[in-house]
Amino acid sequence: MFERFKSKAEEARAEIFRFPDTPAAVEFLTAWLRQEGASATPGSAALFAEAPYLTGPVRECLTRIPGVRFDVSREQAAQAAFGVSQMDWALADTGTLVQDATAVAQRLVSTLPPVHIALVPTAGLLPDLPALLSRVDPRQSGYLAFITGPSRTADIERVLTIGVHGPKRLIALFVDDLKARA
Amino acid sequence: MDTSFKTSIQDALHNANLTGALGKFSEAYKVNRARAYEGIDFEALRGTIAERKSAAATHLRELAGRFAQNAEARGAKVFLATSPEQARAYILDVARRSGVKTVVKSKSMASEEIHLNAALEADGVTVSETDLGEWIIQLAGQRPSHMVMPAIHMTKEEVSDLFSKAVEERLSADIPRLVSVARDTLRPRFLEADMGISGANIAVAETGSIVLVTNEGNARLVTTLPKIHVALVGIEKLVEEFKDVAPILQALPKSATAQALTSYVSVITGPVPNTDGTQKELHIVLMDNRRSEMAADPQFKQALQCIRCASCLNVCPIFRLVGGHVFGKVYTGGIGTILTAWFDALKASEDIQGLCIQCGACKEVCPGKIDIPELIMELRRRLVKEEGLPFMQKAIFAVVNRRRLFHSMLRAASVADKPFASGRFIRHLPMFLAGLTDGRSLPAIATVPFRDRFKRIVQPQLKEKAAFFAGCLIDFAYPEMGEALVRILNKAGIEVVFPDAQTCCGAPARYSGAYEVAAQNAIDNIKALSLDEVTYVISACPTCTAALAKEFQATFESLGMTEWIAQARALAAKTVDFATLVAKLVDEGRLSFEAGQALGSVTYHDSCHLKRTLHAEQAPRSLLRRAGYEVREMFECDTCCGMGGSYSLKLPEIAAPMLQRKLQNITRTGAATVAMDCPGCVMQIRGGFDQADAPVRVRHTLELLDDALGSNSRS
Repeated sequence: MFERFKSKAEEARAEIFRFPDTPAAVEFLTAWLRQEGASATPGSAALFAEAPYLTGPVRECLTRIPGVRFDVSREQAAQAAFGVSQMDWALADTGTLVQDATAVAQRLVSTLPPVHIALVPTAGLLPDLPALLSRVDPRQSGYLAFITGPSRTADIERVLTIGVHGPKRLIALFVDDLKARA
Repeated sequence: MDTSFKTSIQDALHNANLTGALGKFSEAYKVNRARAYEGIDFEALRGTIAERKSAAATHLRELAGRFAQNAEARGAKVFLATSPEQARAYILDVARRSGVKTVVKSKSMASEEIHLNAALEADGVTVSETDLGEWIIQLAGQRPSHMVMPAIHMTKEEVSDLFSKAVEERLSADIPRLVSVARDTLRPRFLEADMGISGANIAVAETGSIVLVTNEGNARLVTTLPKIHVALVGIEKLVEEFKDVAPILQALPKSATAQALTSYVSVITGPVPNTDGTQKELHIVLMDNRRSEMAADPQFKQALQCIRCASCLNVCPIFRLVGGHVFGKVYTGGIGTILTAWFDALKASEDIQGLCIQCGACKEVCPGKIDIPELIMELRRRLVKEEGLPFMQKAIFAVVNRRRLFHSMLRAASVADKPFASGRFIRHLPMFLAGLTDGRSLPAIATVPFRDRFKRIVQPQLKEKAAFFAGCLIDFAYPEMGEALVRILNKAGIEVVFPDAQTCCGAPARYSGAYEVAAQNAIDNIKALSLDEVTYVISACPTCTAALAKEFQATFESLGMTEWIAQARALAAKTVDFATLVAKLVDEGRLSFEAGQALGSVTYHDSCHLKRTLHAEQAPRSLLRRAGYEVREMFECDTCCGMGGSYSLKLPEIAAPMLQRKLQNITRTGAATVAMDCPGCVMQIRGGFDQADAPVRVRHTLELLDDALGSNSRS
């Protein structure tokens, strides 16, 4: 299912990685953020929306990285270079990430910064949309967000252009030991 | 037809940007759509959508009530607006009460329908469209020309001029740069806006949820950053259950833009937190605007199965030539014609309904399984009832309805057209008829029609008999096709009878909305063709076959002439098109071709009614191959040639470029011959090649089979 997801998501121009555990994913992420220029200078921050994995040593490790912040606000999100959030599910047949985005921080970090990095529990992989719809109740999740690749348009002469109002890059890190939502 | 309408068609046809962009898009769309649906059972999927949407349309008001109850239970405010005025007033009131100065909007056709921007601006509110295409249109002060791609008619140069003015900086026509200018210019507006306005692609009664589908991410910002969110939703977007979202979301992006799924889908149920910790003020305006009336109309209820994907525009051979602006209203293309007749007024569809050539391409791809061509015919019928037929047409049908007069006029024409005929073609017509021979010669009327030639044909006496329904074109223009048909059936052991009292099949009248005339034609033909001794009623014209097999019944049903339906059904049961019957005879071993003949290359043109009404497109191909022809497929083999019965007479300026495209696709195969099963297409395409002086032979399939069998019998 992961391979199918990967090929579909890559068709939609997402960048897909997979790690056996959270420490491996976080190690990759910190190196990647450094390399991509995350720093304490204004406009270069990496803004993390709260998620269960952000505790203990993982959080401590991240805190030491320059530019990493957890205080998500409208102003911070509008300034940040990177937004990081945890998604709940992934749909293999369309390469789609799905999240209960009722908490506004989850939406801010995935809409405003030019790069969105999504941690995804591999266990949250589902075959398709009907499988998801039978698992979620929208009355419990006020804002269900489906994301398939970066923001795109073809409104000028039908030429596909990436990154209109939303992120210009979408990077998904699948983590095998991350706990999926029930 | 209104002269300003004719002028707008001319303007569109001469707009090279428009026809170039739409032409390229429509070609790519077909390929990409097919790829997007790979491995998916489209028929099953659209069956589900049609069933779910139809079930919803059966009790729209009740679903609206359930939706309101469930959304309100979650904290949303729901307002049911009967009219556009009520919807506008409600939204203006919300804006006034909260002192709204600025609005960001994500794309909403419903807001276009009620001219919401103008109303807000008149109230001093600044409105920014944020969908890139909509923003371009807003800056240009235009209307969207396409439901999904509002600015498809504009070039990057035009866009760069607009953006340059908006940001007061000279920009080059570099598309990524233009897109980033839009991002940078609109971003602060999202952050500052007091209110976000969106539409909705689906509204779920069971949960009170709305579903928004976008690619750019603007809907996510519109529904997240401002503290007030107003969603304006047509009640046809309602579905009963949450699980009904799946089939619609599976089809919508594939049919709209050939994507597996759009970049973003948001399912919003009740207010969610704002960035300052307060709860959002969520207003959902459910708008009726005659949709309930539509649901109560047995014919038009199915139009509510539309999911607004615009695939009917994307595959329409007319839309790709003229674009959306000639439709003059908010909704464009096939479904737009129908929606305009309802949301605006029947009279508003008077001109635009005439753009439909009835080729059926849209019906094949509609994910809501709406019979768009049939509904446009129904509009025609109602328009004729209300407004009467235009004078010229009335005069023509008065003649067609009187068989003897009609036939004697056609005979007279065979003499009268002599001065203009060159060989077997009429190349020029005098004065006001001159447009009819633009780019196409018309066939000369045969000196001796088939009905007279038939009497001289000597046939063997055979036990099995078939009645031949010739149709006007074979009878009066191509009698040699009728003769070939008799030879072929005789070889298979079938004797042909030709009932003399047969007359026009009624299709021209029906397609013009003159159902009473069509019904009289049907009655005359039923009387002529209901013969006990014949096993089959065969026609070599798919339009006639479709009339006999399907439309007689439909016409009687529309007019409530139930006393004729049983007889129409009996006739339909015996009716068969030429290729299907002959393929059957070959399969049964009653007719065989000499093995190993190499008769050269043929490309096959699918006639609209043979492929999309009779679904018989395989039979002629297989017959041609078995006869010894090499079949080379052409690009867009099943795109209409522009004939469309009297269409090419009414809108020759549209029919002519359709024909040119067809001729080009035929020529590109390099095949020496193009085959088809419709004498109308033969007339159009043969006439086109004659005027272009091209060496391609244009033949009815039966002529080619007759050739193949002829050499068989000679050997």
